Amino acid sequence: MSGGVDSSTAAAILARAGDGSADSRNNVVGLTLQLWDQTRLAGKHGIPDAPKAGRCCSLDDVYDARRVAEDLGIPYYVVNQEERFERDVVRPFVDEYLAGRTPIPCSLCNNHLKFDQLLQTARSVGAERIATGHYAVNEYDAERRRWILKRPADLAKDQTYFLFGLTQEQLAYTLFPLGRMTKPEVRETARQLGLRLFEKPDSQEICFVPGGDYKRFLTAYLEEQDEAAPATEGDLVAANGEVLGRHGGIHNFTVGQRKGLGVSSPSALYVLNIDAASHRVTVGGDSDLGTRSLRARQMNWISVAELSGPMRVKAKIRHRHEPAWAMLEPGDDRAETRATFDEPQRAVTPGQAVVFYDGDEVVGGGWIA
Amino acid sequence: MRRVYCDANATTPLLPEVMEAMRPYWMEEFGNASSIHLEGQRARKAVDRARETLARFFNCREAEVVFNAGGTEGDNTAISGLVRPGDHLITTAIEHSAVMRAAERAAEHGTEVTFVAPRRDGLIDPEEIRRAIRPETRLGDSRRTLVSVMLANNETGVLQPVEEIGRIAAEAKVYFHIDAVQGAGKLAFDVKRFGCHLCSISAHKMHGPKGVGAMYVRRGTPVEPLMVGGSHERRQRAGTENVAGIVGLGKAAELAMAALEDGTVERVAALRDRLEAGILEIAGTSVNGAGAPRAANTTNIRFEQLEGEALVIALDLKGVAVSGGSACHSGSTEPSHVLMAMGLDKNAARASLRFSLLKTATDADVEHVLHVVPRAVEHLRALSPVAAGTAG
Repeated sequence: MSGGVDSSTAAAILARAGDGSADSRNNVVGLTLQLWDQTRLAGKHGIPDAPKAGRCCSLDDVYDARRVAEDLGIPYYVVNQEERFERDVVRPFVDEYLAGRTPIPCSLCNNHLKFDQLLQTARSVGAERIATGHYAVNEYDAERRRWILKRPADLAKDQTYFLFGLTQEQLAYTLFPLGRMTKPEVRETARQLGLRLFEKPDSQEICFVPGGDYKRFLTAYLEEQDEAAPATEGDLVAANGEVLGRHGGIHNFTVGQRKGLGVSSPSALYVLNIDAASHRVTVGGDSDLGTRSLRARQMNWISVAELSGPMRVKAKIRHRHEPAWAMLEPGDDRAETRATFDEPQRAVTPGQAVVFYDGDEVVGGGWIA
Repeated sequence: MRRVYCDANATTPLLPEVMEAMRPYWMEEFGNASSIHLEGQRARKAVDRARETLARFFNCREAEVVFNAGGTEGDNTAISGLVRPGDHLITTAIEHSAVMRAAERAAEHGTEVTFVAPRRDGLIDPEEIRRAIRPETRLGDSRRTLVSVMLANNETGVLQPVEEIGRIAAEAKVYFHIDAVQGAGKLAFDVKRFGCHLCSISAHKMHGPKGVGAMYVRRGTPVEPLMVGGSHERRQRAGTENVAGIVGLGKAAELAMAALEDGTVERVAALRDRLEAGILEIAGTSVNGAGAPRAANTTNIRFEQLEGEALVIALDLKGVAVSGGSACHSGSTEPSHVLMAMGLDKNAARASLRFSLLKTATDADVEHVLHVVPRAVEHLRALSPVAAGTAG
């Protein structure tokens, strides 16, 4: 329970699903994972002193989550996982940027911490299932004998992109009570179930990066850790190799970025490639951004046990990307999968996740190499 | 579901006599104890009677009892009200956060602060206190020294040698404060024997109401009030007296004194010993603070290969209320500073749970706990990531 509308409503739906007796309420336990201290870097390098409301793990949000649990009459606990979050999510996030890639911490968190920890805690307290407020559908297919993750009713809120790493075991234990509802329906349900926070705004940004400004976060975090950012300044070059200028470090760039390149040009320039070894950042025009193929690693397969041959799918390469037709093939080694798009896709970005869909079903996903 | 409350060091319920004593002071006897009229006089009388009881409780003069809002206020007043920039505060690494944070704040404001570490069994060695005292700072000199040591540790129950420390403070002519919040009501109490200048207690740890406490302030001790305003409590603590609360504290103190005489402490100690022995039959368990003298109701047990937080939740859902350490720290990342100061590593500190019995605990309570705990531990160990070596 993050203290937001979605997880609160999911809890309320489950808690109210019984006959309202004390016994049926006792079947639901509320849990908040405390993952990051929102005051930790406050006031440093332009990070606001007071965290905004609507950010997971702020005191306000834990308060909201607790109030919901109190109103529902369910036991509620806060489990502190700050150390593990820093180790498994924040540190890799920082290291990825410093290595010139563009990380996606929500998937890291879901894959390596959130579901694993929720399942662990659920088992330790004797719970049979975990439920979250994610927008996704999870169904068992008896024929294939697999749990299938599907896109939700509300495609605008689809969170399957962040959930591609769920294992069959995790899916078998997981309920997504909001999967068949739209966001307006969720808010209306919250209102009808008497949740005070039914109008609370959605949180959009990465929970530990205030204001979405990852560069400020990197600076403040590295300073707190007493670490110098690795010296990765280098040349800014055109696609033909012509040196256009210098840049202050590869962590300042992400593929597809237009602003803040520090060079002037008659037409708009975008980052095409970041070479971590030579610190060279290649820029070019919009038309140069397109890519026909990508390689993905650390695959997790959901609707299939493994990829045995070519498969026609739609591939999604970032959260706000409209899935595009592609042909999926096993890579040269088993750890790798290759996707070839029908049409060039803009800004395929190493470090982001790629998730493959067959209709509504999530086939699987991995990390863009 | 049967529930057994084993977290008396966090708080205790009112005893019925306390509730009854307080009852008239919400509506009928609502007067302001500082008013001239008869309504005020009746409230004053109630406060004065409670003061008389507390003077017996502390073994001090009535004029040396100051009522306040509880243990944190007493601890804060003792430290912030006495030490100034340039003074020397000597305290320990196992104090409650009310002392610890006040000490850290004093340090920020220019007071020299020394934290004395405990031995592995949780006891403070009085000689370490003696060594920390500087010869140039004596009572009455322009530079003050304050020693602040707790009576009973809230997490382990270990009883500190306050009498010896009191003698050392007297010999060195320095001030001595005791945070007695966890000791009050659990052992014979006498500020003269303790040799302290200041002593803080809280009502709700001994079956009184929350939000009220008292402090013994030896006559002539130069402690500045934290609260200023009216001339309440001989100008030592401004603010309209919490009459009902003070009456409740008085009754709780009276009952606590009686319980020290009637065998209650021995009975609770026997229950605690039985509980402890029963839990120690589980493999991979040990007592933190074993061997040191301890408050009769408390045991702090380490369960190897376990995440204490998970066990607290599992036990709660099975009807046993315990805590992973101080209730004042729940939800924080840091493992117990008390256990860490005693030499436990982070994982061992996080694998430790506090059981603290109410003085109303029964044999059946202990039996129930001993029925639930071994099963919960076995279940958790079977799936523990700590056991599998994958947890952080």
